[in-house]
Amino acid sequence: MSTRGRWLDYGFLVVGLWLAWMLLFQWAGSEALSPPGATFRRIGEYLGSLQFWTHAAATGLAFFYACLVALIGGLALGFVLGANRLAGQVGEPILSSLYSIPKITLYPVILLVFGLGVSAKVAFGALHGIFPVALFTIGALKNTSPVLLKTARVLRLKPLQTARSVLLPAALPEIVTGLRIGFSTTLLGVLIGELFASDQGLGFILIRAMEAHKVLDIMALTLLLFAFAALANTLLLAAERRMHRR
Amino acid sequence: MTRVRILQLACIGAVILVVELLCRFGIINRFTMIPPSEMVLALADVITTAPWFWSDVSYTLGNLAAAIALSVIGGFLIGLAVHAVPRLRRVLDPIFTSYYSVPTFVLYPLLIVVFGIGPTSLIVLGALFGIVAMIVATVTAIDRIPRVLLKVARVSRLGAVRTALLMKLPAASPHLMTGLRLAVAYSVIGIIAGEFILSTEGIGRRVALAYNNFDNQTMYALLVLILGFAIAVNAMLGAFEQALHRRWYRA
Repeated sequence: MSTRGRWLDYGFLVVGLWLAWMLLFQWAGSEALSPPGATFRRIGEYLGSLQFWTHAAATGLAFFYACLVALIGGLALGFVLGANRLAGQVGEPILSSLYSIPKITLYPVILLVFGLGVSAKVAFGALHGIFPVALFTIGALKNTSPVLLKTARVLRLKPLQTARSVLLPAALPEIVTGLRIGFSTTLLGVLIGELFASDQGLGFILIRAMEAHKVLDIMALTLLLFAFAALANTLLLAAERRMHRR
Repeated sequence: MTRVRILQLACIGAVILVVELLCRFGIINRFTMIPPSEMVLALADVITTAPWFWSDVSYTLGNLAAAIALSVIGGFLIGLAVHAVPRLRRVLDPIFTSYYSVPTFVLYPLLIVVFGIGPTSLIVLGALFGIVAMIVATVTAIDRIPRVLLKVARVSRLGAVRTALLMKLPAASPHLMTGLRLAVAYSVIGIIAGEFILSTEGIGRRVALAYNNFDNQTMYALLVLILGFAIAVNAMLGAFEQALHRRWYRA
């Protein structure tokens, strides 16, 4: 498809979303929704205020640590279960059913273990992110061509060497897919944690705006979070496509 | 295959046993976690004695059924429409690829402002979680219908309705089933999470309430119930899905 056609499609999408927003606003009224113009002005105000950035930094810090834990833990788990056939057969169904449970119900347990604070948010975010990373890693390793493994054996590579110079490069594109999905689920986990119990962060100011019934603030924050998540996803998706092409 | 099953059960059993022992020997204190055996007893106790149990369960299940119906039927119809209009499909494609990367849950405060605290905002939240999985699955399912089947239908002079019912629907069923399973899983997550954060009734709210009251017996009992329910539903639908896939894609 031509580049021009694609930009036209994006144009249609933006115009369509804007129209849908205006229509919803007309239907629901200013009690329930805020109009686009005012919402974008509010976003501008947020981006210019110091208070917003302190909360954003709190969320960002928890998110960063959670990503780190999910990434390293997920990769380690994936490599252990993916390298051994039997371990993979036993572990993968357990992991995928853990992936599908409503993990929000485990948040009280995490709060009891870690107490209210950054560590609980990190643990909860990591709990969301670790399973997709591990599952995609297992899948990637399972699909590694047997020829590569045989070559590694012929060259008498040690397990760690095999993992680093044969398995990792071969499985990298799919692992990046897992990282992308892990990234977004981790963000979701951190935000839900902040919505339920927290004293700072973007989720916290969102739930406070809801309690005060400040529709404009809710809309502006929601839109900001969506924009951030969508932007990050687009960047990671682009990186992923480049990997797959290689 | 059975050996794998046995090892799986052994792994899960070992984890539960270790947790049980850690709790019994006081390494994990009672304010953090109660032993798994007590969780099960507490669940039995809650089911038989708590006056709110059945009304909250039926509230949650009712909302869940409505959300699943909305997301599955709505997702199927929207999927048909999107597939029928290629232009619409191209325009909406960025939304579908990034939908599950945005934290949809942050819409819940907005839904509460629009619909109020109650079943409507919970159902809409659950349906929003599930519907896109169903749309994408429907589009994929129609894409994957083998062309040869449509030719067979034409040769046998089937009408449009009979082609759709006898040829297209069965051929699309494995992927539709995948969509259904995902929609159910996402709806469960949406409904429970919504109840948990803010709600007046429901099992999710009971967990939050028990946590706030330091009532660990009730909290862990309900956790066992919710997680068991989610895992059982998922396993059932997953087995059904795999059976369908096997039937259609026998190598």
